[in-house]
Amino acid sequence: MTTQSAVVSSLEPVKGTAVIHAGDYINKLSGEQIEHECKRKLDEGCKELILNFADTEIVNSIGISILLGVIDTASNKGAKVVFSEMNEDTVELFEMLGLTKHVTLA
Amino acid sequence: MAEHDHKLIHAFGALAELGQEITNKNNFQETIRTSLHLISGALGIMRGAVARFSRFGHELNMLAIRGLGDDFPLSLSLTLEDERQFLSCGLTPIDIPQAKVLPFFQVYDASFERRSLELFVPLVVRDEIVGAIFLGEKATGEAYTNYEKEIVCAMGQHIGVAIAQRNLMAEIERHAEENRQLFDEMRSTYHDTVKAFAAAIDCKDKYTEGHSVRVGKFSEIIAMELGWGAEEVEGAAVAGYLHDVGKLTVERKIINAPYRINAKESKELNGHPGVGFEILQPIHHPYTDVPLAAKYHHERLDGRGYPDGLYDREIPYIAKIVTLADSFDAMTTDRPYKARRPAKEVVEDLQRNAGKQFAPELVTAFLGGMLKELQGEDRTKRFRRLLGRDYMEAEGIVETLKYTLNEMAPTTPMTYVAAAGQVIL
Ligand SMILES: [Fe+2]
Ligand SMILES: [Fe+2]
Repeated sequence: MTTQSAVVSSLEPVKGTAVIHAGDYINKLSGEQIEHECKRKLDEGCKELILNFADTEIVNSIGISILLGVIDTASNKGAKVVFSEMNEDTVELFEMLGLTKHVTLA
Repeated sequence: MAEHDHKLIHAFGALAELGQEITNKNNFQETIRTSLHLISGALGIMRGAVARFSRFGHELNMLAIRGLGDDFPLSLSLTLEDERQFLSCGLTPIDIPQAKVLPFFQVYDASFERRSLELFVPLVVRDEIVGAIFLGEKATGEAYTNYEKEIVCAMGQHIGVAIAQRNLMAEIERHAEENRQLFDEMRSTYHDTVKAFAAAIDCKDKYTEGHSVRVGKFSEIIAMELGWGAEEVEGAAVAGYLHDVGKLTVERKIINAPYRINAKESKELNGHPGVGFEILQPIHHPYTDVPLAAKYHHERLDGRGYPDGLYDREIPYIAKIVTLADSFDAMTTDRPYKARRPAKEVVEDLQRNAGKQFAPELVTAFLGGMLKELQGEDRTKRFRRLLGRDYMEAEGIVETLKYTLNEMAPTTPMTYVAAAGQVIL
């Protein structure tokens, strides 16, 4: 499996919205990169985090835990989290573990 | 695939990873943090913590914490009743909302409720509480199923073992430290005793006040110049301090005689190495044979010494060191029948007697140390402190030392030839 960049984020034209592109494998290392990026965006005052999972194939347990942490941090700061472009397996996993209950799906 | 199976596979993946994380010798804090991630990720839990139990403070101290907020207590105390209860529960998860009978849950009720904590798992390893896991509600909002509690148990067991192992390591380190301190104390007690003995020996002989202490220091210098290790150097010092302990049994008037003593008196005085050996025999120094140093410190390489008239190789090395230190001190201090001799003369005497009375390599090591100090390469001022500045800085001493050392231990064949005055081209 080739991981290009684990995380690429860009500020969308809409003010206060950040898009973070997750890599193909979300584990401890890439998860922490996502977490770090999200925290940075939230600290910058971002009110909507869009996590794009278009490239994501596998999310391990630590990855899940970190994503849950991101959701928690965002909600504490009154920001909205959007999960977008998940594949079928990822949706199934996120639903099973309850992540989808706390985010907006796109 | 049924969702139940799917969950099981996901959870087992986490369990396998946890086992790996714990067996990897990573940083302990990091291991615990990762473990908390693994439990949270396995079951989809947003908040939780792992704590370590301090048996001295009777409290749970947080090692890793997720999403519980800054106001959550980092240290939670337990009563004996709590401890008893947790011990008997073992690794069984306790449903926090239903556990209000125990003082622990009453005291921290508000904190637990504010963060919707649902499960509390006491980590018990070999009948000892080592820590605890706190878990918040699941992200799905559903209650924990029995099989999920079992997974928490299995993971808790791994974490408990990791903490127990860490505790054990800490205890071993503490014991090692205690041992080291104890050893240091014993060592300083031993040294004080040795010095007290040296002072007692020196008391007997008013003309050679401080002789034993100086011989100890000179022996130490020689051992250091030979490049010996710290323990061996220490041993040499002790051998020097105690070399004349046998004099404690010699009549004071003989030791202090302001004249050359007669044959009978000399026989009594010459018995002091043997007596010293008897006295010191029970002393076991791990690096140096202190008793033998006392017994043979009046032997000579040429076999003309006493008590046994041993030759060169028969004399223990430590005794040769003490012999040199002893004679050097005798030459450099005033005696009842002899004034101290100038340093230059003493150096020449040592050279002349190298190979007869003294081991030549010890003489060169000792004089080498002296030269280093006089040339400023060695700033400890050992010789100046023991012999006085004026004495050591007398004119011509550096030249004498250089010349003597060149003759005794030429650094290159050419300098040797040149020093001997027979330059061959
Ligand atoms: Fe002696
Ligand atoms: Fe002596």
